[in-house]
Amino acid sequence: MARFILIRLLQAIPVLLVVITVTFFLVRLAPGGPFSAEKAVPAEVLKALEARYHLDQPVINQYFSYLGDLARGDFGPSFKYPGRSVNEMIAAGLPATAELGLYAMCFALLIGASAGVIAALKPNSAQDYIPMSTAMLGICLPSFLLGPLLMLIFGVWLEWVPVSGWGDIPGDKILPALTLASGYTAYIARLSRGGMLEVMSQDYIRTARAKGLPEWKVVLKHGLRGGMIPVIAFIGPAFAGLLSGSFVVETIFQIPGLGRFYVQAAFNRDYTMIMGTTVLFATLIILFNLLADIVAVWLNPRLRDLYRSGGA
Amino acid sequence: MSSLDQNNSPEINSTKPNHINPSKSSAFEEKGSSLWRDAWHRLQKNKMALLGLVVMVTMCIVALLTPWITVYGYEEQNLVLGASPPSAAHWLGTDTLGRDLLTRILYGSRISLAVGFIATAVALLIGVIYGTVAGYMGGRVDAAMMRLVDILYALPFMIFIILLMVIFGRNIFLLFLAIGAVEWLTMARIVRGQVQSLRQQEFVEAAVSIGLGPWAIIRRHLIPNTLGPVIVYTTLTIPNVMLLESFLSFLGLGIQPPQSSWGLLISYGVETMEEYPWLLIFPGLALSLTLFALNFLGDGLRDALDPRAAKD
Repeated sequence: MARFILIRLLQAIPVLLVVITVTFFLVRLAPGGPFSAEKAVPAEVLKALEARYHLDQPVINQYFSYLGDLARGDFGPSFKYPGRSVNEMIAAGLPATAELGLYAMCFALLIGASAGVIAALKPNSAQDYIPMSTAMLGICLPSFLLGPLLMLIFGVWLEWVPVSGWGDIPGDKILPALTLASGYTAYIARLSRGGMLEVMSQDYIRTARAKGLPEWKVVLKHGLRGGMIPVIAFIGPAFAGLLSGSFVVETIFQIPGLGRFYVQAAFNRDYTMIMGTTVLFATLIILFNLLADIVAVWLNPRLRDLYRSGGA
Repeated sequence: MSSLDQNNSPEINSTKPNHINPSKSSAFEEKGSSLWRDAWHRLQKNKMALLGLVVMVTMCIVALLTPWITVYGYEEQNLVLGASPPSAAHWLGTDTLGRDLLTRILYGSRISLAVGFIATAVALLIGVIYGTVAGYMGGRVDAAMMRLVDILYALPFMIFIILLMVIFGRNIFLLFLAIGAVEWLTMARIVRGQVQSLRQQEFVEAAVSIGLGPWAIIRRHLIPNTLGPVIVYTTLTIPNVMLLESFLSFLGLGIQPPQSSWGLLISYGVETMEEYPWLLIFPGLALSLTLFALNFLGDGLRDALDPRAAKD
């Protein structure tokens, strides 16, 4: 197992390097720089600015000095917000993004798994169709549509919750979390339905029933354990997806998180901010996918044996 | 298996056995019935999938005929009228510039559907060829090719697409390319898995023994036999692609005005949703209806073409 984790960690390094390199050159390749956006800056000022941020040096030199800084955990200064480093901005944005993702994940797991299990108990009945059609709704309503709709209905018309904001008024975190969670809730519902259906037809479930266990005990004690395997395997990719999906929701609900910073940075050509957020997102996504693979191997004895014998 | 081998579909003639689903023969004893006819029978039993098919066909026909059936032009303004709720003259109301919403949704459907189909076609082309070559070559070539797919999988693509659209302008062809470049990865994996099991079969051996070159085998024997899963996955890719386009247009990075797409209409709708909610609701309805239809059709096709995956 340790060997497997080590191999996967080593594999992550070239991937990360590719991300950094591609982003770096893509950003510099673009016409226009961070200082060319608004009203024309006097030539001398521009020169001074470029010298200050080492933009006057050859791109290759910039690339290697950036890599060096990165290795020391320094994302550099922000070009658009003078006096603030990218590290500071990330530290400011990450908590909101992480909190939002956590709420969404809890909601998706709780509601999604319950809906899936309920549906699987009576397949092809109303008890199955109603939650599963609702799940389809979650898949077909994209967050940039669902978010505004929820805002309109619960914020503007019913006035139950605040329309936007983050942590100012109680309840303003409900709609963003719901919006972010919807697609994943639906997906988890479908996964857990499939997993439960498969498990509930196994012999050991019949045995459990035969020895006279009440049905709820059969489902919760014996069914869930096996039926949730596909869901647990999905948590890793889901977290990665929640992170990269967060900038949709953050943009809609004006949440001061990493995702919104990223979109702003991209529009502003804030080189170091784009780089910093991209690298961070990529690292997190790779990390969560790795975690998912580890859990999958751990849960599935057949895969575990494969890695133990050294075949990868 | 033998009952499946008698294939009378035009693109797969009877000399090429269809092994898409080897386990199927025991369940379906209808002799002389092709995989495609079986699938069509199963699909007909699935009411939701049929409804999805009908909705999609209708939508495509209406989109094609749009310039001839609409009364108003999509840029035709009526500033005196301004934003008006649905009425007899304007069935879905008008936007703030007095433009007929129904007309704009219909013109938007042309763009949204076109992006959906073309970008999916790009993904299909790359994915099928790449997957087939990797699966057929096997060994080191396969390992190297699939490692590349793994690396690309780990890249945060949403971030790259946003970056690409910001930097290189909002070019519609770049949009196709960018979306297609993301979506081919899963297709390549699916096809490669299929081909890997297919190339062990006798009919490929027979083709090799009569002196057919690898390219001919790939083109005439392997690709046709992977069609089932490919069709299913294609149907499920189209809604993903349309979602991506809508989201980019929503951010202002996709389709540019005066052209209209559903994502663009939704983003306009969001801006004015408190005063003129119909401007958000109707374009949103159009998008989710299409996504619903495609997802139900995709699910139905999967059940019909791959009963193994749908045994629940």
